[in-house]
Formats: sequence, structure tokens, C-alpha cells
Amino acid sequence: MKEIEARDVNFYYGDFHALKGISMDIPEKQVVAFIGPSGCGKSTFLRLFNRMNDLIPGSRLQGQILINGKDIYAPGVQVDELRKNVGMVFQRPNPFPKSIFDNVAYGLRVNGINDKKYISERVEESLRGAALWDEVKDKLNDSAYALSGGQQQRLCIARAMAVSPSILLMDEPASALDPISTAKVEELISELRKQVTIIIVTHNMQQAARVSDKTAFFYMGEMVEYDDTKVIFTNPRKEATQNYITGRFG
Amino acid sequence: MVKFIESELNHLREEVNHMWTLVYAQMELASKAVLSLDRNLAQQIVVRERWVDAEELKIDSEIEDFIALYTPVAVDLRFVLAMLKINNDLERIGDYANGIAKLVKDSSSIKLNGELVEKLCLEEMFRVVLEMMSGLKNALLAEDPVAATGVLGMDDRLDELKKASDEILVEYAKENLEEMGLCMSLGSIFRKLERTGDHLTNIAEEIVFYIDAKVLKHRGKIPSSEEKNSDME
Repeated sequence: MKEIEARDVNFYYGDFHALKGISMDIPEKQVVAFIGPSGCGKSTFLRLFNRMNDLIPGSRLQGQILINGKDIYAPGVQVDELRKNVGMVFQRPNPFPKSIFDNVAYGLRVNGINDKKYISERVEESLRGAALWDEVKDKLNDSAYALSGGQQQRLCIARAMAVSPSILLMDEPASALDPISTAKVEELISELRKQVTIIIVTHNMQQAARVSDKTAFFYMGEMVEYDDTKVIFTNPRKEATQNYITGRFG
Repeated sequence: MVKFIESELNHLREEVNHMWTLVYAQMELASKAVLSLDRNLAQQIVVRERWVDAEELKIDSEIEDFIALYTPVAVDLRFVLAMLKINNDLERIGDYANGIAKLVKDSSSIKLNGELVEKLCLEEMFRVVLEMMSGLKNALLAEDPVAATGVLGMDDRLDELKKASDEILVEYAKENLEEMGLCMSLGSIFRKLERTGDHLTNIAEEIVFYIDAKVLKHRGKIPSSEEKNSDME
């Protein structure tokens, strides 16, 4: 069943036409990778799914983005509510200057949950879900900054998962991590796909091939090709896609 | 990165081309050695078989390195997979040429019966094999899947000739018991050439896989899911 639908999406930064007529369906509980050269529009497109571009001066959207059939840009949509359902993880880990526990509990408290027992259980569940519990269970009150980069990124994933979103957006989540931490994040993605729909932007072609069910290739604001990952990496239909994934681009 | 990949792929293409030339020469020499019962030529083939084996190992190793270093995808992946299999098929064809040469080399007491050889169409059998080999080599160089599939039909002729040879040799052996050894050697040569045709068919399929991403292998032989279910019942 499709969870996210983009309908003829055009996006502008002032006069610059950053996304050109993109339509796509994203099925629920699947991992979709966005690939393409820098500046092709993949991150801009990703950030439309939780309205992260709203505050950019001069930016403008045409077309529709529907989540579970509802237009997320319709008047009256509460952006806070939307972001509870659509979590996001960024390229660089960005823990808050708080303890490990408080980082994960933050979203719950902001949403008005005060039940300490529930919060503790949810923090543990989220840290276990992010494969971090065993590493931090004895130092939950230590600063999140004391963790390594890879641990911080998994903490940010735990923080995003704590409020039980149905969609998780990941903007190059492993590009600042070493290979071992990258492998842990990739394993985590394959576990999280059982609970949430994941859209990941990555420059790492092998990562896209390893973790995603479907892949979309973007170039100069257009979505050139969108298909099963297996098709994209074995027999892409468009020459531009083939040139990009085989490193012959440009 | 692009430059490195292109240069590695070109190098691999050249190596496989070299292997092809080597194996073609082996089969061509085998043809001459058999038809003229030339034991010196046969000895040359046996010696050169080691070159074929060495070249196969070299190509295998280069493909392994390429996959490890460049993690190819799409057309590049299909190319290296096809080259890996073609390399293996060519080595097997080299083995058949070597096997034929050994039969000639070790058959000091055998005299070829010209009439029998003509009836068997042995020369045609070799010619078809060599034409398939050169046709496929050109198809790969030109990246022409139509030319590759065009060669597939020639394998049917090899099967026909092999089948006919079995009957002819059985009849001949019945009437000439003292020439049983010759009949067995000729039967073995036909079997090797017929198997060579099968390997060349595999090569044609690999070329099509590389260029068009189509799998021709076992076409029509794999049961559909409905057929599988009915088999289970």
C-alpha cells in the first residue's frame, strides 16, 4: 500500500527551479534511496516530506505531497503533528546538549507526556531499537556528547523513533561515519524497515544498493528513473542512470 | 575513477580476446592434426594447452581483482560476469582440442579411412565449430547480440552431424571389428566437438546477457510456477 504520494511536484528557491514535475509513490514499510550528483535536488525533495523547506525565504512549492492520502501542505495542517509522524536524521549527528536519556525522552516530553515510567520504558525500547542500549545502559545520565560519532548518530535515530513515527527521513546518515559505524547504521535501517517507511539520501551507491528496496535517480531537478533497486543496479532503463551508477557521469 | 574503470575493462577485453585467439588456434590445429593424422601438430597442441590454462587463471584473477576493487554494477557487472563465464567455456574448449590432440598423438597404429571420414562429415564438423568460434568472437568485439544469437542455429548442425556419426560408426564397427579402436577414437572426437558446440552456445548466451541483459539460458526448459504446482500435485 502506498504511504507517500508526490504529485507533479515543482519547487523553487526564488527563481531557481530546483525540482521539476516529480511524481512518485512510496509504499509503506519500504526503504527508498534517493541518489544523484550534488545539487540534483534529492535533499530538497526529501525535506519536503516533513516541510523542512518551509522556512527558506523565497521558496515555493507547486503540486501535492500526500501522506496516507492527506495533503501535508493543505491549510490547517499542524507542522508539529506532521513531524511527529515523519522523523528525520541528518548527515552530522546532532544530539542536544543533554544527557543520553534526556535526548531520547525529549520528543515525548515536548509532546506532553509526563509519565516517568512510560518515558523510561520508551527510552529503553528506542535505544534497544537503535542497537545502542547495551553500549549506554550504564551511563544514561552522561552527556550525549561523550558518545562516539557513530553512537551519536544511532542516538539521533533512537530520538527520532521514540515518538513512534511511521516515516523516517535520512539525509546521508552515514556519510560522516567510519565503516563499522556505517555498517551498524545500515543494519539498523534493515531492522527499522519492519516498523517504518524510510527514505534515505545517499552518495554511497553501494549503500543504496544494500539497504533499499527501491531507488530513485535524480539529475538537475528531475527524477530520471525510479524502480526496484535490483533493476536500477543491474539493468537500469535510462542511459543517464547507467552512466551515473557506473561512474561515467559528466 | 572513470578512467581507471575504462582502462581495466579494456585490458580485460584484450585478455579475453587473446584467450579466444589462443583457443581458436588450438582447435584449428586439432582439425589439421586429425585430418592429416599429424602427430607433430598434436604434440604442439598438448604443449600449448598449458598456455591456455595459464591464461584462464590470469583472467580469473584479474576479474576477481576488478570486482573487489571497483564493485561494478549494471553493464560493467554484466560484462565481468560474462567474461568470467566465457573464460571458463573457452578453457573447456581448449581441453577438448587437447583431448583430440592426445587421441591423434597416441594413435600410432590407426590409419584414417578416407571414405569413412568423408561420410562422417568430420571436416564439416570442425569447420562449423571454427565458424561458430570466429562468429562469436566478432559478435563480442562488435557488441552485436543479433550476430551472437545467429550463431546458435549452427549448434543444431553439430548435433545432427554427431547423431549421424553415431549410427555410421556403429555400422562400420560391426563390419570392421579390427578397426574398433579407430571407431572409438572418431566417436570421441565427435563427442568433444559436439560438447564444444554446447560451450559456444553458452558463450553466445553470455554475450547477449552482457549486451541486452537478457537471459537466454535454459529458455523453455524452466517450468513456470503453474507447471511446478501441477508437478507437485
